[in-house]
Amino acid sequence: MSAALTPSVGSPFTRILALGAARGENAVTNDDIAGPIDSSDEWIRQRTGVITRMRAGEGVEAVDLAEAASREAIEKAGIEPSQVGAVIVSTISNTVQTPSLAALLAERVGANPAAAYDVSAACAGYTYGIAQADALVRAGLAQYVLVVGAEKLSDFAKPTDRTISFLLGDGAGAAIVGPADEPGIAATVWGSDGSKWDAVGMDRPLKDAFADPDGEFPTLRQEGQTVFRWAVWEMAKVAQKALDAAGVRPEDLAAFIPHQANMRIIDEFAKQLKLPEHVVVARDIATTGNTSAASIPLATHALLAEHPELSGGLALQIGFGAGLVYGAQVVRLP
Amino acid sequence: MAFTSEEVLAGLAELINDETGIATDSVALDKSFTDDLDIDSISMMTIVVNAEEKFDVKIPDEEVKNLTTVGDAVTFIVNAQG
Repeated sequence: MSAALTPSVGSPFTRILALGAARGENAVTNDDIAGPIDSSDEWIRQRTGVITRMRAGEGVEAVDLAEAASREAIEKAGIEPSQVGAVIVSTISNTVQTPSLAALLAERVGANPAAAYDVSAACAGYTYGIAQADALVRAGLAQYVLVVGAEKLSDFAKPTDRTISFLLGDGAGAAIVGPADEPGIAATVWGSDGSKWDAVGMDRPLKDAFADPDGEFPTLRQEGQTVFRWAVWEMAKVAQKALDAAGVRPEDLAAFIPHQANMRIIDEFAKQLKLPEHVVVARDIATTGNTSAASIPLATHALLAEHPELSGGLALQIGFGAGLVYGAQVVRLP
Repeated sequence: MAFTSEEVLAGLAELINDETGIATDSVALDKSFTDDLDIDSISMMTIVVNAEEKFDVKIPDEEVKNLTTVGDAVTFIVNAQG
């Protein structure tokens, strides 16, 4: 008979211990970008709720933003970087197809030799990362996990695009997930709908741009109406499932933190969920813009800075985007 | 029970009023959603989803772009009823 194998054993419960945030340093106004899309400050505010989007300068990459956010999260969690057993980065902004941004980030923050990998789940990426971190810690594959959403979307914004580019900002949000005495991350409800693979994404494959030396670099675009319908009415069902899976009612929540895609989506979403008035709704998009995978941790970070009393309360967070993919979970705020 | 054209028009006018504040008596069959009523694409989608629920019909995304006037929407909804 062969020897019995020893499985990994983790902590029964997990929680988000701390967050970190970094935004692009330049506040780009609507007037700054309205010209090429034949628009105006008023038009952009009315349709998207965006007043400024934070964008990074030439020499700043997504990994730089990720490093700043991660250092803050690690320090606030009160752990040593060497205790991080896994680094999960959700990004669509890595400057190369491979290697991963996560491996470089692990090295930069002193978490080497932690397991490190990127997740490609666009605007749902942070919630995918939290789901995986929760599972890794409970399974004993890591004691602490660094989860980061990091984007430099201004690199993929086309000044003349009226569908999505004018919403986009740059930033990174980081979370440390670790063991806890009681549940701090509820069951994740997640999934995909590849039948809408074309609804949001790049305007053409990298290969096509490479074959056409005079062509433009691929940039982001979306079918706004299709995405809006899905993001509000289909995601309202997912949000309700996440509440049910967590065993909480809307009135138990302290905050609702949806992906910061568009203020009109956020407002309609909150309406559909019939949230009680005391539930604070994150609206970081107004000044940060849409930062894809970074938007939920950035919005959470801003919310806690503005409302410190929310710390320890329950938040429903939901990410949704290109794929289409989605993920939602109720978490206890750090 | 199927809704008549008049009932669909009246119901749509209410949904448009809820979403945009436009007076219900301004909503007529010959009005263009964008040019006359100044309804943007996001409000249009909100009205479409609410109309699906109110009249128990399906209005696919690809059909929404063909609905230029209020009359187009009324005709589509009346014909789409089971």
